[in-house]
Amino acid sequence: MTAYVLRRLGAAVLVLWAAFTVSFAVLYLLPSDPVSIMLDAANPGGTVDPAQVAELSARYGFDRPPLEQYLVLLGRAVTGDLGVSVTSGAPVSQLLADAFPQTLALTSFALGIALLLGGTIAAVSSWSRSTRLRGALLALPPLGVSMPTFWIGLLLLQLFSFRLPLFPAVGNQGFGSLVLPAVTLAIPLSAVIAQVLARSMRTAWDAPYVETALAKGASRGRVQWRHVTRNAALPALTLLGIAVGNLLAGAVVVETVFSRAGFGGLVEKAVRTQDIPVVQGVVVVGALVFVVVNLVVDLAYPALDPRIARTPATA
Amino acid sequence: MLRSTRARSVLLTTLVVPGLLLTACSSGSPAAGSSASATADAETATPGGTLRFALGASPSGVDPQQVGSNVSIYIARQLADSLTDQDPETGEIVPWLAQSWDVSDDLTQFTFHLRDDVTFSDGTPLTATTVKANFDALVGPLAATAPLAGSYLSGYQGTTVDDEHTVTVAFATPNAQFLQATSTVSLAILSDATATTDPAARLQGEIVGSGPFELEEYTQDQGATIVRRDGYAWPSEVSENPGEAYLDQIDFSIVPESGVRSGGLASDQFDAVGDVLPQDVPQVEGSGGAVLTRTNPGVAFVLQPNVSAGPLADPDVRAAVQVAINRQELVDTVLSEAFKPATSVLASTTPGYVDLSDELAFDQDGAADALDDAGWTLGADGIREKGGEKLSFDVVYAPLFTGSQAVLELTQQQLKAVGVDLQVRQQTPAEQQAALTAGDYDTYYYNVTRADGDILRTQFSSKFRNINKRPADTVLDPLLDAQLAQGDAAKRDDDLATAQRTILEDGYAIPLFELAQSIGVGADVHGLAFDASSRLLFHDAWIGADQ
Repeated sequence: MTAYVLRRLGAAVLVLWAAFTVSFAVLYLLPSDPVSIMLDAANPGGTVDPAQVAELSARYGFDRPPLEQYLVLLGRAVTGDLGVSVTSGAPVSQLLADAFPQTLALTSFALGIALLLGGTIAAVSSWSRSTRLRGALLALPPLGVSMPTFWIGLLLLQLFSFRLPLFPAVGNQGFGSLVLPAVTLAIPLSAVIAQVLARSMRTAWDAPYVETALAKGASRGRVQWRHVTRNAALPALTLLGIAVGNLLAGAVVVETVFSRAGFGGLVEKAVRTQDIPVVQGVVVVGALVFVVVNLVVDLAYPALDPRIARTPATA
Repeated sequence: MLRSTRARSVLLTTLVVPGLLLTACSSGSPAAGSSASATADAETATPGGTLRFALGASPSGVDPQQVGSNVSIYIARQLADSLTDQDPETGEIVPWLAQSWDVSDDLTQFTFHLRDDVTFSDGTPLTATTVKANFDALVGPLAATAPLAGSYLSGYQGTTVDDEHTVTVAFATPNAQFLQATSTVSLAILSDATATTDPAARLQGEIVGSGPFELEEYTQDQGATIVRRDGYAWPSEVSENPGEAYLDQIDFSIVPESGVRSGGLASDQFDAVGDVLPQDVPQVEGSGGAVLTRTNPGVAFVLQPNVSAGPLADPDVRAAVQVAINRQELVDTVLSEAFKPATSVLASTTPGYVDLSDELAFDQDGAADALDDAGWTLGADGIREKGGEKLSFDVVYAPLFTGSQAVLELTQQQLKAVGVDLQVRQQTPAEQQAALTAGDYDTYYYNVTRADGDILRTQFSSKFRNINKRPADTVLDPLLDAQLAQGDAAKRDDDLATAQRTILEDGYAIPLFELAQSIGVGADVHGLAFDASSRLLFHDAWIGADQ
């Protein structure tokens, strides 16, 4: 077990390094440079003085060879120093510390809603003997997946903020501001969860142990809860690991639509201004979350199903 | 008194359907001053209340001297005052922190006589040394990150403290644009302590100004809160409000989706919003609100040709393209009535602007004939050619202003009608910068905001960035330098008029339309004003009782 965890941690470090390196390379290869973009923003349409570009480039080390820049950034990152934003001069760790709790609250709430919604749809559809109800429920996931997130968001805003003043349209203030964005983010994910869970629950209902349980006199509800759900949970759990990535990506759109401060807005602006330190900070933290969640998911398998051998997997 | 000043301002404000708005692009030097009132009501201003304003984009910071984007200036302008102000109606420079000023005949020495009753929000007084510290810092530690202010101070030799409230700024060469520059937010005067503060910390909010509001809180990418400065008593001469601001507080939030801004305004979650798009106007007006617009001064949206290569090296081609474009159709078809067709290279709100609409009159047949005469004959594919070279060129643009793509596509169709092929290349602002540096464009599409004709010099002289890639000449370059040394305002306007005419005749700019700002305000918001650079001022703003 310890060796397994160590191997997984080693793989995690590799993933973080790769994320750091690839994001540096991609940003470095983009046309223009953060200094020119910044000067243009400070003097839109105006004349850019090459002397100013040279001075700022030297200040941020952009005049050094790319390999040297990369190694300096990597060396600092290893010691926990993510540098300062080129555009604003704010420390990247501060920007991340401001944004991360917001996005964490949003994505965890969305995940909770998605599990509840997706789980309920799947459970009711597999438990129910009414084909009409089952058909209706199983039609929901494809619908949920095919609606674009920003459209769902704008629709919810129109209905529950502009028409009925139930929730604020923008901002990060209070629980109320979290509801609409979290629901928006949860809908596509709950659809996927419902689809996968419903299928594995159907399979479980056909399994011999269900027949045995029913023969022993268990009610459908008890069979659904005790036997079917537990056995069908594994594929959904795997899905959860991937879902975290989707949630982080979805947060970019949702945070923009709902004008929420968070990772999404931070990364969108940083990419646009080629603010390499900020993008790298976000990428590394995002990768870290992804790695940790998947590690937890992998470690949770044996707890749910003792039959599972602990075979090393890659992150 | 109140009535008459309001009535005057009303003329300025156009309560019409606004246009496509730009989010982060196009700024330049904002001048201070107040004018266009939101509404022409004779009610008395009610003090108090919090105004909730939704910005369309994230500010880059709150330091007046370092920021350039409209959204940043909307916040920063309220925090600091400038030496002078510019009347948005007349373009005239009027007293603000300086009660009066003397300019030497050769336009190299500017002596400002400061008010003696001004204090910064930390309680320290405004003195001559403060002004010196500010200007010295702008050419020192701030030189790299305050490029706009730096360009105004080009040739700066130093500032001399004459007495406690008199200060003289000296330049190596004549600098006719400097007086207008002192009215801009970029040359706003901050406290002595601020002048020595680290530039990055200043951008994040460590600034102390003397303005009608002071910064309470600023969080990068989240918004800002500014509160009324108690005891403010030194507004500029064009301000209607003689004392403290009416509003207790202004909350700025960042709302990138235009539909969310207008929906939030209509459902009373905001009191005012920036960048109202044409499709959102009905929602704003339907809820009893209004849309305020004002044309940005400076260089209008232009195609600026690279004359060093390709078909555009031929002056006859540039002259034909100039009249082959139907500017009125651009505005009527893809923009809105808030926008005006360009009638010069400068926008009509720029001091020194001259109406050259005759030179730009649409003449499709004339353009075709001129191209025929110049030897560009129609090919089988409908595109002209000469000596095997196609009459085809590209335009490089970044879609910062929402309407740009539609404008350029319609321009493309208009040029196609006379056998000219325009290739539209959309780029990110970063790519556009790179293309500019590399000279990789046939025409460059952009605008710049500046309420002084000197903007022609920085954009069209061959001595600076030289977007035209043209050789130095004996007409335009000397003219652009001469206006900077011209102390007589009327003669300077003559120089600028000749420069505008020359730029159009030589085809160094093919102007399309003038940019305009459009701001949505709720029914109970009054007195929100545009300054001479079409940026917002909140000093006169107040919130009335709900209708």
